[in-house]
Amino acid sequence: MDIDIRELIDDEDDENQEEMTAQKVLQNVERAWLNEKFSPEILPHQTDYVECLLEQIKGMEGNLAKLSKTDPKVDLHKLELERIKFVITSYLRTRLKKIESFCVSVLEEEATRSEEDKYLSPAELQFAKEFALNADNHFDTILRHMPQLYNKLDRNKKIIEPNLNSFVFLKCNKHIDSVIIKNTLEGQEEEIVLEDNSQHLMPYSSVAEFVKNGTVQLI
Amino acid sequence: MYCDKVIELLKELERSREDTIPPYNNDGINQVLSEMKTLDAEIIDFLRKQKDNLPLDAIRLRRAAIERNKRCLMTYIWTRLQRLKEMRWEIGAILPSDVRQNLSQSEIEWFNNYCKTLVSYMKTIGSDTGLNLTQDTKPPKSLYTEVRSLVDAGKLELESGEVLILRKNSQYMLSRSQAEPLIRQGILEQVRQ
Repeated sequence: MDIDIRELIDDEDDENQEEMTAQKVLQNVERAWLNEKFSPEILPHQTDYVECLLEQIKGMEGNLAKLSKTDPKVDLHKLELERIKFVITSYLRTRLKKIESFCVSVLEEEATRSEEDKYLSPAELQFAKEFALNADNHFDTILRHMPQLYNKLDRNKKIIEPNLNSFVFLKCNKHIDSVIIKNTLEGQEEEIVLEDNSQHLMPYSSVAEFVKNGTVQLI
Repeated sequence: MYCDKVIELLKELERSREDTIPPYNNDGINQVLSEMKTLDAEIIDFLRKQKDNLPLDAIRLRRAAIERNKRCLMTYIWTRLQRLKEMRWEIGAILPSDVRQNLSQSEIEWFNNYCKTLVSYMKTIGSDTGLNLTQDTKPPKSLYTEVRSLVDAGKLELESGEVLILRKNSQYMLSRSQAEPLIRQGILEQVRQ
C-alpha cells in the first residue's frame, strides 16, 4: 500500500515538471521582464516562455469570445490579457533597444558563446546582424569621402558597451555565501553574504551571474 | 579655427527639438570633408618638404583635427539615425512628407531597411502572424479610453463587428488597442480625465 502511494506522488511530480501552469509561465516572464528592464546588459533570452504565454493568450481570447458580452467578467479578463500583452511587448522591446544600442559588442560576445547558451534568440540575432550591416552601410556613405588614411571606422571607436558597474536594486531568492564587490577606486575587494529574502543596492557586475541563474531578482 | 564647422553642425542638431529631424546639411558636411582633405594634404606636404626636422607638433595638431572632424561627423549622422528610429516606433513605417524631405538619400535607404528588419523580426514572434511591438507601449490602466475625433474620419469597424462613424469633435469610448494606432496617426485625440 505504501509503495502505491509513493508511486502516485512520483507520477504527479513528473507531470509538474513537464507541464507548467499558465500562472508559472507568467511569473517567469514577469521575472525575466523585470531583470531585463533593470540590468545594463542583455540577458539570456526566454523565448520559450514568451511563445508559450502567447499561445495561452490566444487560447484565452478564444474562450472569451464565446462568453456573452454582457457578462461583467469578460471585461476584467480582457484587461488582464492587455496587461500580460504589455509585459510581453515591453520585454521584447527592451531587448531590442539594448541590441540596437550595443549592437557591435552584443554581436561580438554572442560569437564567443557556444550553441547551447546563446543569449539572443535566432530571430534577435538576425535582427542584430541586419541592424549592424545597415548602420555600417550608412556610415560608409560619409566615410568613403574622407582622406584615405581615415576612411575606416575602427572597432574601438564604434563600439558602445553597457556600463556593467551601474548600480541595481536586487532581492535575493536564496542564501548566497559570498558576493565579491570590487571597489574600483581603491582597488580593494569586499566579500559579503546575501541573506535569503534580503534586499540590496550594489554594482551589477558583482551579481551578474546570480541574475542569470535566477538566484537574484532585480527590482 | 579647425573643426569649427563640424561643431556648428552638431549645435544645429542640438538646437532642434528631439522629436524632429532638421534638414540634412549637405553643404555643411561637404565643407567639413573638404577641411579634412586640406588638412591631410598639408600633412603630406610637410612630410615631403622637410626630411630632417619635421614639424611634429604641427602634424599632430592636424591629425587630431582630422580625427575630431571624423568623430563629430559620425556623431552627427548617428544622432540623426537615432531620431529617425524613434519615429519608426512613434509614427510607423510611413514618414510624413515634411520629415522625408529633410532626409538624405542614404538615410531614406537606412530607414526602409530598418523597417524591413523590424517587421521581419516581429513576424517571427508567436506562432502565426507575429506580434506588433509598437503597440501596448504603456501599461494599460483601463480597457477603454475616451477619445475625441479630430477629423471626419468616416467608418470604423469595431472589434465586436459593429460599425462606428467618426465625426469631427465628437467623443467616443473605444478599446485602447483600437484607439492607440488612430491616436498616433492624429485622427483621434485622447481626452484627459
